[in-house]
Amino acid sequence: MAADIRPKRPFRWHIGIFLAPAVLVYTAIMILPLAGTLQLSLFRNIEQHQVFVGLENFRTLFGDPNWSVGFWNALRNNVWFFIIHMIVQNPIGVMLAALLSSPKLRFAAFYRTAIFVPTILSFVIVGFAWKLILSPLWGVAPHLMDLVGLKSLFTPWLGKEQYALTALSLISVWQFVGIPMMLIYAALLSIPEEVIEAAECDGITGLSQFWKIKLPLILPSIGIISILTFVGNFNAFDLIYTAQGALAGPNYSTDILGTFLYRAFFGFQLQTGDPNMGAAIATMMFLIILGGVCVYLFLVQTRLRRYQF
Amino acid sequence: MTTKLLTALLLGTSILGSAGVASAADVTLNIESWRGDDLAIWKDKLIPAFEAKNPGIKVVFAPSAPTEYDAALGAKLAAGSAGDLITCRPFDKSLELFKKGNLADLSALPGMENFSPVAKSAWQTDDGKASFCVPMASVIHGFIYNKDAFDKLGIKVPETRDEFFAALDKVKADGTYIPMAMGTKDLWEAATMGYQNIGPNYWKGEDGRAALIKGDQKLTDKDWVAPYEELAKWKPYLGDGFEAQTYPDSQNLFTLGRAAIYPAGSWEIGLFNTQAQFKMGAFPPPVEKAGDTCYISDHTDIGMGLNAASKNADAAKTFLSWVASPDFATIYANALPGFFSLNSAPVKMEDPLAQEFVSWRGKCKSTIRSTYQILSRGTPNLENETWVESANVINGTDTPEAAAKKLQTGLDSWYKPAK
Repeated sequence: MAADIRPKRPFRWHIGIFLAPAVLVYTAIMILPLAGTLQLSLFRNIEQHQVFVGLENFRTLFGDPNWSVGFWNALRNNVWFFIIHMIVQNPIGVMLAALLSSPKLRFAAFYRTAIFVPTILSFVIVGFAWKLILSPLWGVAPHLMDLVGLKSLFTPWLGKEQYALTALSLISVWQFVGIPMMLIYAALLSIPEEVIEAAECDGITGLSQFWKIKLPLILPSIGIISILTFVGNFNAFDLIYTAQGALAGPNYSTDILGTFLYRAFFGFQLQTGDPNMGAAIATMMFLIILGGVCVYLFLVQTRLRRYQF
Repeated sequence: MTTKLLTALLLGTSILGSAGVASAADVTLNIESWRGDDLAIWKDKLIPAFEAKNPGIKVVFAPSAPTEYDAALGAKLAAGSAGDLITCRPFDKSLELFKKGNLADLSALPGMENFSPVAKSAWQTDDGKASFCVPMASVIHGFIYNKDAFDKLGIKVPETRDEFFAALDKVKADGTYIPMAMGTKDLWEAATMGYQNIGPNYWKGEDGRAALIKGDQKLTDKDWVAPYEELAKWKPYLGDGFEAQTYPDSQNLFTLGRAAIYPAGSWEIGLFNTQAQFKMGAFPPPVEKAGDTCYISDHTDIGMGLNAASKNADAAKTFLSWVASPDFATIYANALPGFFSLNSAPVKMEDPLAQEFVSWRGKCKSTIRSTYQILSRGTPNLENETWVESANVINGTDTPEAAAKKLQTGLDSWYKPAK
């Protein structure tokens, strides 16, 4: 009854107005460029004119061995880059976080800061510093290994086809291990005392407490970290570019999608850039990342149990 | 919309810019360039020398950053605000500007006869009929050696390949010095200082290069594989961990006196003179037998053209004719040792190392890098592939034959020689 006589509510303009700045800015700097890239990938420059060619660029990318070999090589390398991060960076991050959250640890704040510092360094500094550290001529690595009698194990890692990509992945792990550490650390701190105390009452302490109580509780955070790592790795470019150059040597062994895109889009030395092919590669990168994120969202995240305290 | 605004802004600045000098009756020429490093040389030496001879013409050297040059120049040319004189990159970048009508045809410019066909090849249409930039400078490849080390070990400057490798063996056996300072990490060292340095002796300079472009020769032919075979032999003479040795590492290794021989480009001369504490000498890439004709890579690097839209075309042509003259060549080559004038008239240079390099022009035949003209227009890019394969050959990951085959297959996939 009361609802019937209430006057019709006026259109709520303020919602649109308050949303507008964010929507406009996001559209202008994210959605439009993305749409522009997708559009660019459907065109080709023929005699100085952009001509619509449909999916022709993608057919070249996958059908022409000059492009497809490079693309699959870059994708393979990128997957390896991601695997190294998943099996090295994230477990170490979780382990460090578990150690840091232990109440018995002294100087926890210092360790936390020290481990996080590389994350805020520029790629250029990281790439250059590691190039110097690993340099066979003036690097500290050969010297330090000599001190402990392991000089024979030293090889110029960044210059060897079989090691270069793994070495660079580990450098990237070194740089970014602080991020999973911080996120897991925060998740561990948010576990209520009561849960831990209840576990202790049941006689679950130490390592088994970590495996049985804490780990299940931080699984959602680990999921988020995995997806952040995935997106970050498939968008990676800077470290390879600063350490190995745009040709991602030796023999393209460190070429990942980012560097492959860079060479195609902007060109390199005598190679002139081809924005259309570059956009086609960028579109593939977008689709790969989109696919990965969808798999996570629909298959993994819906199955993760969340605990409410 | 934005282009219009940009055009308006650029036009506005050019009008304001010229308003200041319009009071004088003089013509002012603006030079576009990426060589910011040369600003002092232009301001203090080259421009005063020209203005003294040509009263009434003022010249302003206005460089932009190397990485921005091509994009900035393109925008200025489109907006009509580019300078009268344009510094030309070699080959396709300038050719593109000429085809778009941005650069004027200079084939008939007085002074162009001072240059050899090789010198002009970097700024010509593919058929060689029209030239559009005056060649300014080139860089020459060869080997720079540590004279003190050679004297100490009693090595004489090698002329043939056998002597070259004997010298390397001797340095290696002695152990004081690393025989050769070169790394493969940056890839281009292996291609530019390696393959393109020693290659011309095998493929006979311009003959081989022209035959390759015509399709009469293939990269898998003996003359083109042989330089890779020699490169593969360099491996034991390089320093420990050369796979991860970068270009600056190689430079430092040599200037610190730790290496005996440095496969070089002449552009190093300026830097090496200031850094090395020992005496240096240079020798051209060794030939097979004493007395063989030697070939050197005398690579065209920088030129100057005329903006087709210039309002002061006559004054600009006067300037370009001067750039083509021996006067300019002398000042330029002495101010920048290692960047050699392409002028046929002999240029007197003070720097002994530069003199040594340029003296090879007299006894050897000049050519340019084989991959630069025409052959690097497609995908895969021959120049980039040559970098990668040259490094592979030295690293031992590819045999010379396999490397050559990969290059030729890549080239065949897009390049069809004109028949």
